[in-house]
Formats: sequence, structure tokens, C-alpha cells
Amino acid sequence: MITDLLMAVTDISTLTQNIPDQSTPAIELRNVTKRFRTPAGQAYTALRDLTLSVAPGEFCAVVGPTGCGKSTTLGLICGLERPSEGEVLVMGRPVQGIDSRIGYVFQSDAVFPWKNVLRNVASGPLFRGMRKAEALTKAREWIARVGLTGFEDRYPHQLSGGMRKRVALAQTFINEPQILLMDEPFSALDVQTRTLMGNELLNLWSSSSASVVFVTHDLEEAIALSDKVCVLTAGPATVKGIYTIDLPRPRNTTEIRFDPRFVQLYHEIWEDLRNEVVISYERNQQRDR
Amino acid sequence: MSAISNETAKMVLPPEQKSYSSAARRRRILINALRVLFLVVIIGGWELGTRVGIIDPFFWGQPSGIWAQLVTWATQGTAQGPLWEQIAVTLEETLIGFALGVFLGVIFGVILGRNQFLADILGPYIKAFNAIPRVMLAPLFAVALGLDIQSKVALSVVMVFFIVFFNAFQGVREVDRNLIANARILGASQRRLSTAVILPSALSWILASLHTSFSFALVGAVVGEFVGSYHGIGLLVQTAGANFNANGVFAAIVILAVVSLLMEALVTTLENRLIRWRPNTVSDATL
Repeated sequence: MITDLLMAVTDISTLTQNIPDQSTPAIELRNVTKRFRTPAGQAYTALRDLTLSVAPGEFCAVVGPTGCGKSTTLGLICGLERPSEGEVLVMGRPVQGIDSRIGYVFQSDAVFPWKNVLRNVASGPLFRGMRKAEALTKAREWIARVGLTGFEDRYPHQLSGGMRKRVALAQTFINEPQILLMDEPFSALDVQTRTLMGNELLNLWSSSSASVVFVTHDLEEAIALSDKVCVLTAGPATVKGIYTIDLPRPRNTTEIRFDPRFVQLYHEIWEDLRNEVVISYERNQQRDR
Repeated sequence: MSAISNETAKMVLPPEQKSYSSAARRRRILINALRVLFLVVIIGGWELGTRVGIIDPFFWGQPSGIWAQLVTWATQGTAQGPLWEQIAVTLEETLIGFALGVFLGVIFGVILGRNQFLADILGPYIKAFNAIPRVMLAPLFAVALGLDIQSKVALSVVMVFFIVFFNAFQGVREVDRNLIANARILGASQRRLSTAVILPSALSWILASLHTSFSFALVGAVVGEFVGSYHGIGLLVQTAGANFNANGVFAAIVILAVVSLLMEALVTTLENRLIRWRPNTVSDATL
């Protein structure tokens, strides 16, 4: 009897722990340091004492000079990497391995080249054990949502870069992630396609309730898309400043950049970012010499 | 169907395009004509050389004699039985050895390619085993497994295994890290990762090895037959050689070459079916 009661009590307490209330951030990095061992056997510090939190449903952009450790941050959140020091929490719980609530869009093409568009988009549900017919129906819906209907049978090498990115977006969104990590997803695209894809992303995101961490080196893109911009220092990266983007939504990423408030924010953040970019540039030049 | 579309294409094409396509056709005809000419010169020269006495047909054979030998074997059978039976036996040994060798090579290649720890332990032994000329195992297999088909299959398997193994191993290691990370985040278990990402990705490496490994399977079967057997083309070569019948040796070689080329075409068809997803840039580079 008593043990039953105790069991019930512990059950309730674990239950309450599992429910994330609104005040718990979706993602929280607390004083995180990440060191890698270089091939030469030395320690290389990618992140130092980085603290950042993203609220549920918030779109947070992370900008910083090239090679400063932006991607490492995403690796830590999704569980591909472990922090050397500090804590990484997702929905209030420490990250342990890969979390099924997370979606990740990669910088380079990570769609499977041997699968056609339909199979690529259906991969996630199939990996997670959904029945094939159901997964394919769901995949068709998502293909329609990203505007690729009619291309289901094409292989990735037959598509343009922008279309492959749409496949990658559908592939990620079909799993209905609560947290969406994006690692310079549009950097390989030309400028026009990039802004169009930004709009596409905002549309998909607004009909989900996902929290987003969007890594980019393009400040314009960061401001146009996000609720919050986090500027990182030249490596080892730590937070230099966090800016709230109070531009109204829904936004049109192609036009928002002419808004006076946008220009003002751009100037403000660029002041911060410029120094870091210069430091990183000079460091690279020294290394090359 | 294609003839019709060719016709319509020709009608629509501007004149400069048309001259391009007819130039390409002329080139193709020229190449085929020169190929035939090349063969005629070589075979004819050989025949002529034996007729005028520059080449001794007792040691080096004679094209007309080789042809006569082939006709005799085909119509009257060989000393070991009908010719088709010899071909069938060798082909059977080769195909079983090839299939088993490929299967084992892929399995071990994927396992060791995915498991660094195991690869580190077994690495030196695999290298050492690979360094010995494996045809030397033929007498061992003949003693242990008898003169029937098993000993030849075993030799074929050993010949094929290492080629496929090293290619599969390398193919697994070369799999794009991003693809693996993507599959893991999308929810693939370790097992699904192997079958749905790593194997298809390593497939182009494995398929590339199939061309060479098929000829090695044939080498395994024929050498096995040399060492001791009741049937097979290898035995034909062996008996012809022992009887100072140079034409017989060449005739058996011709048969082997034809069989080998037919199988090569089969492997190429298989390859094209399995990697349809790849842009066809590589196929243009082959001879």
C-alpha cells in the first residue's frame, strides 16, 4: 500500500517535471564551454562561457564572424556534441543524446541523393516507424506546402539549389519539430532565391509553434527573419550582445529591409559585429602568413 | 518509338545541328570500321606469320587451327564431355564464388567500416592476409575440399572477398558526415542508418569493385581447375597444355574471354539499374 502510494507520488512529480510551463525557456545554454582536440593533439576552444536562452515559439538568429563556433552551438543543442563545461537544457531538461523534438536544416545539401523527392521527405516518419502508406501521404502534403508538387519523382541532382532547400525544409518540418535549428541554410543560394526562401521559411514557421535558432553570417537576413539577434564574438565564441527585433509580423523579407526601423537596428547591431569581424579577419590573415 | 522521335528531331533541328549529328554518325562508322580492320590485321598477320614460317604454330598456335579446335569441341565434345558442360561448370563455380565473396565482403566491409575499434584490432591481420598471393591457397583447398566444385568456389570467394571488402570499407568511411547527422536527427536508429544511409552511399564504391572482382572470381575458378578437377575450362587449358596443343589453349582462352565479356556486360547493367539516381557523368569516361 505504502509503496503504491509512494509510486503514485513519484509519478505525479515526474509528470509535473515533464510539463514545460511558459516560463521555462525552450532552449537554454548555461555557461557552456566547448573544447575540441585538434589533429595535432592540442585543445581548441570553440565556445567559452556562452549563455543564451530561447523562449518557446521564439525565432532567434545567431550572427558572428565566420568560423567562430556558431555551428558548434547547434551541435550542442541537438545532442550531436556534448559540452565540455556548463549545461545545455532543452524544454528545461539536460540534453542527452539526440532529441526527437528537434529538427535540423544543414548548410550543405543533406538530402539523400539516392532517394527521390517523395522518399526524401518521407524519410523522417519512416525512420520513426510510421506505416509506409501514411508516411507517403503525409510527405505529399508537405511537398505541396513547399510548392514542389509534380517533382515527387525527381532525384536531388535533377533539382536546382533552391528546390533542394525546399526538399530539406519539407523533410525537417514533416517531423513537426518543437525546436528548429538552422545552420546557414540559405548561404549557398543566390541572393534573390535566398530572400524568397526566407519568406517561405517564415510561412512554414508561423503555422508551427517551433522555437528557432537560425545561424547566419548575414546580418540582414538575421534581422529580417528573427525576434531576437544574438551577436557572438570572434572565436572562442561568447555572447557579445542580444538585440530584440521589434519589427511587426507577418513580415515580407524582401521589403522589410527598407523599413526605417530595420535600418536603425542594422546600424546598431553592425557596430557590435564589425569589431568581431575585423578581429577574425586579421587573425585569419596572420594564420595564412 | 525512338526511331520516330529521331525522325521528328531531325525535321525540327536547324541545319547546323543536323550536320553535327551526321558528323557524329560518320565518326561512329569510321571507328567501327577501324576496329574491324585492327582485328583483321592482328589475326591475319598471325595466320600469315605461321603460313610463311615466321611464327611456329606448334608453340604459338594458329588462328585457323584455333577455330578448327573450337568447332571440334562444339560439335564432337571435349575429352571430358560436351563443351557446354565445361562452360557451365566453370560458370557455376565463378558465379557462386562471386556471389558469396561479394556478400561476405560487403558485410565485413560495412561492419568494420562502422566500427573503428574492431577495425583497429583486425586491421593488421587483414592487411597481412591480403598481402599473400591468394592463388597459393588452391592446393590447400583441393586437398581439404576435394576435386569437386567446392574447392574452386572457395578459391573464388577468397579472391573476390578482399577486393569487395576494401571497397566497401572505404565506401563506408567516405559517407558524407552531414548525411549521417541528418538521418540521425530525422530519427534513424543505428540499424536503419546502416541500411538506409551508409549502404546506399557506399554502393557506388562497391559496384566499382564488382567489375574487377568478377574477373578475379573467374581466375579463382580456373586456377582451382588447373590444380585438380574433373570438369571445367581450366581443365581444358591444362590438358591442352599437357598435350602440347597450343591451339587448344588458345581456344579455351577465347571461350573464357567471351564468357568474361558477357558477364561484364551483365555487371554494367546491374550497376546502371542500382545507381539510377546518379548523374551520368562517370559512364562517359569508360572505354
